[in-house]
Amino acid sequence: MIRKVRSHPSQNEALLFERSSPGKRAWQLPELDVPAVDAAEALGAANVRAEIPGFPEVSEVEAIRHFTRLSTWNYAIDYGMYPLGSCTMKYNPRINELVARIEGLAWAHPYQPESLAQGAMEVMARLEAALAEITGMDAVTLQPSAGAQGELTGILLIRALLEHRGNPRRKILIPDSAHGTNPATAAIAGYVVENVKSTDTGVLDLEALARAADPDVAALMVTNPNTLGVFEENIVQAAEILHAKGAMLYMDGANMNALVGIARPGDFGVDVMHLNLHKTFSTPHGGGGPGAGPVAVKKALEPFLPTPRLKRVRGKWAWDFKRKRSIGRVRAFYGNFGVLVRALAYILAHGGPGLRNATVDAVLNAVYIRKQLEPYFDLPYPAPNMHEVVFSDERQAKLGVRTGDLAKRLIDYGFHPYTVSFPLIVHGALMIEPTETEGKLEIDQFIEAMISIAKEVETDPEMVKSAPHSTRTSRVDEVAAARKPVLRWKPA
Amino acid sequence: MRYLPKSDSERRQMLDACGVESAEDLFAHLPEAVRLRRPLDLAPGISEYEIVDYFRERAAENANGYASFLGAGVYRHYRPVLVDTVVSRGEFLTSYTPYQAEISQGTLTTIFEFQTMICQLTGMDVANASMYDGSTAVPEAAMMAARVTGRHRALAARSVHPEYREVLRTYALHQGMPVEEFGYLPDSGAINLEDLERKIDDRTAAVIVQSPNFFGVIDQVKAAAEIAHRHGALLIVVFTEAVSLGILEPPAGADIVAGELQSFAISPSYGGPYAGILATREKFVRQMPGRLVGQTVDTHGNRAFCLTLSTREQHIRREKATSNICTNQALIALMATVFMTVYGKAGLRELALQNTAKAHYLAGKLTPAFSGKFFNEFVVRCGNPEAVNKALLKKKIVGGLPLGRFYPELADSMLVCATEMTRRAEMDALDQALRAPAAVEREELA
Repeated sequence: MIRKVRSHPSQNEALLFERSSPGKRAWQLPELDVPAVDAAEALGAANVRAEIPGFPEVSEVEAIRHFTRLSTWNYAIDYGMYPLGSCTMKYNPRINELVARIEGLAWAHPYQPESLAQGAMEVMARLEAALAEITGMDAVTLQPSAGAQGELTGILLIRALLEHRGNPRRKILIPDSAHGTNPATAAIAGYVVENVKSTDTGVLDLEALARAADPDVAALMVTNPNTLGVFEENIVQAAEILHAKGAMLYMDGANMNALVGIARPGDFGVDVMHLNLHKTFSTPHGGGGPGAGPVAVKKALEPFLPTPRLKRVRGKWAWDFKRKRSIGRVRAFYGNFGVLVRALAYILAHGGPGLRNATVDAVLNAVYIRKQLEPYFDLPYPAPNMHEVVFSDERQAKLGVRTGDLAKRLIDYGFHPYTVSFPLIVHGALMIEPTETEGKLEIDQFIEAMISIAKEVETDPEMVKSAPHSTRTSRVDEVAAARKPVLRWKPA
Repeated sequence: MRYLPKSDSERRQMLDACGVESAEDLFAHLPEAVRLRRPLDLAPGISEYEIVDYFRERAAENANGYASFLGAGVYRHYRPVLVDTVVSRGEFLTSYTPYQAEISQGTLTTIFEFQTMICQLTGMDVANASMYDGSTAVPEAAMMAARVTGRHRALAARSVHPEYREVLRTYALHQGMPVEEFGYLPDSGAINLEDLERKIDDRTAAVIVQSPNFFGVIDQVKAAAEIAHRHGALLIVVFTEAVSLGILEPPAGADIVAGELQSFAISPSYGGPYAGILATREKFVRQMPGRLVGQTVDTHGNRAFCLTLSTREQHIRREKATSNICTNQALIALMATVFMTVYGKAGLRELALQNTAKAHYLAGKLTPAFSGKFFNEFVVRCGNPEAVNKALLKKKIVGGLPLGRFYPELADSMLVCATEMTRRAEMDALDQALRAPAAVEREELA
């Protein structure tokens, strides 16, 4: 029985361009308080465009209905649990939205004089300090726009330091369980990627690492806990192996929400790491961005951090642009300030002890789910898990039902699917991460749904394979979309 | 704590179900050497009310109640109320990347509309779902040009936003992509086509120009395209002021357009988050970075949308991907989408005309340093811009951006901007203050 949802009518809605008709408007500008100009004269006749063909023309009421109707076609955290492993879909506190819109912050221009930006700079300085304390690292840059750019920044920092020491080296080692951004980043930073196999228990293989760690290796990029949700128990020894060879340890902080207040990367040998503020620190995913990807480093890497850096001059904050060894800028201005405000608001709300409690609840939720679902799904790596748990579809696949099908059926039960087919080291993976912001009732309903689906696989596999059955849009033809791409609307 | 929904008795039940005594036991498998055996050195949690107070205090330490003539890549435009109304809906704010198409049609449809409107604005065939911002769209465009042409040299105009060029250098350095620059004409402020001719060669993958350029001047895009194409290079056209596209001819001859949408209802927010765009011609789509939404059908034959051509992307291709980019700026792109919807065909043109009128009113008083046609910002010579700005602050005016930091030869100049939000009285006050340099000097000394 499906308890969490039942159907209700959902509005149809055409595209804006199909709704438009000439002369409709949702705007009104004030009367000009200066003389009007002739466009051709002011801008040059050749520079003035004709009207924008196809651009929308709708009324205000139609505009709001359009976007409101479309919004109801989305699932969201505000509707319920989002068990996406590795993505850390937790509740987004609304106070964060309010404070980011306070006029003195939201309307601060990046070039306004430093004397009139002290509040913004103080917010950034305080966040840097908090993230340094949480990670156990020595310095933090808030400039990177998102996790993947944080990775790139981190690898460029490693490259710069090694270059400074005489040889940037050639290779980056990456475990086979890594996120796709890791190898893509290494390639963009000019490195060759070498994969390192995990052990049978799903963690770093120290012997394989020792063999691979030749003088050409610049760094190992590791996620900890790894993408199985398992803490890399050999991390201290791994760091020692790398450091003995003059290489560095990069940590992908995507799973930092399993460690806050419990263990600090800076204390277990990590040299550089990035954080995803839209994961651990609750800033909204917004349907795929904006994120923010601060990078935390040990002292030796500090001189290479992107320009500009905050510094204290005569009791005031100032931007330091003169940093000879810096890798340069990775983006314009100082970072995704609006996201940084939200993350700091989250840290202030929890406080030190509260952040640790959040970690504990996140792990408790994941372990609880594991215990309840272990009888029904195959668990390929039985090591103790932290904030997420990865099952495989081995039992269900025997009946022809794959992880992707199980995930789609979950939609009918009122849940967003878990992460499908990742990490790659688990064949047919079901990667489940509840986060700390799910209560017992929601989690119990999720468990009930998963068990019910496991039973449906045995009684009616075809029904599961054609799920979802209750959504306004049924399975979409992704193959057709890629074969003959239609990437924009055109008039019929 | 208010963000943690479990009661202590529920925690107890769950711990019992897990077969552990206490929550501490959940971490027993961690090696002792890695454990943090002290509380984090952060203040205890505070209430909502105290959080609002803290940020209001910080906001009060920033500029408040000042007239501002800053532009230079970040513009003050009115944000229609509908924008925050829409992006505050939990369905948009708190949803994930729309990989699960069946329950993400809201986001997917708005991105498809976004892609369409960016094509209409820029005159390009395809646009992606957005980039981090304008500055990072530029190196992504340059790397794309390198993939398309098989060449590895980038040639950027010095009149491209200086910070964008810095970002380009950071990215290009380890791509084996030398970045060289060509100049602008000291009288018009437009690109120096002769200098471009001199520096372009058969290794040049991309010529990068901005229009309106960093000095506000509407630049020679067609001429640059002709030179680039004659040498087998692609032309990348950058814009930082999206409102200009409401009235200016789209960049004819561009192969890739890389721009910043901050002007479309995205708060200045001390530098971010913004949204960049990357648009190109149909034939280059498979070399494009970033997410793309495409139209398809569901099993009932209804129109539906999904993420597509993902074989270009990092989660499939790993080290062979076109870019390491993972997110787009979905919610920020949605702000721009709502903005474009509210203003629409006639409104965006009218808005652009108001910007033109305001800036040209100001230019009538201040005398631009360059003769090139401009949209809503321009360069003025004013002796010592830092001193002038300092004096202006006392009149609650934030002056223009002093250019010496980026262009030593323009150390006596500042870049000023007027938008539809700039009042005539503010412009008159700026004019008055600049007309009385002696008074400025005196205040400076006092």
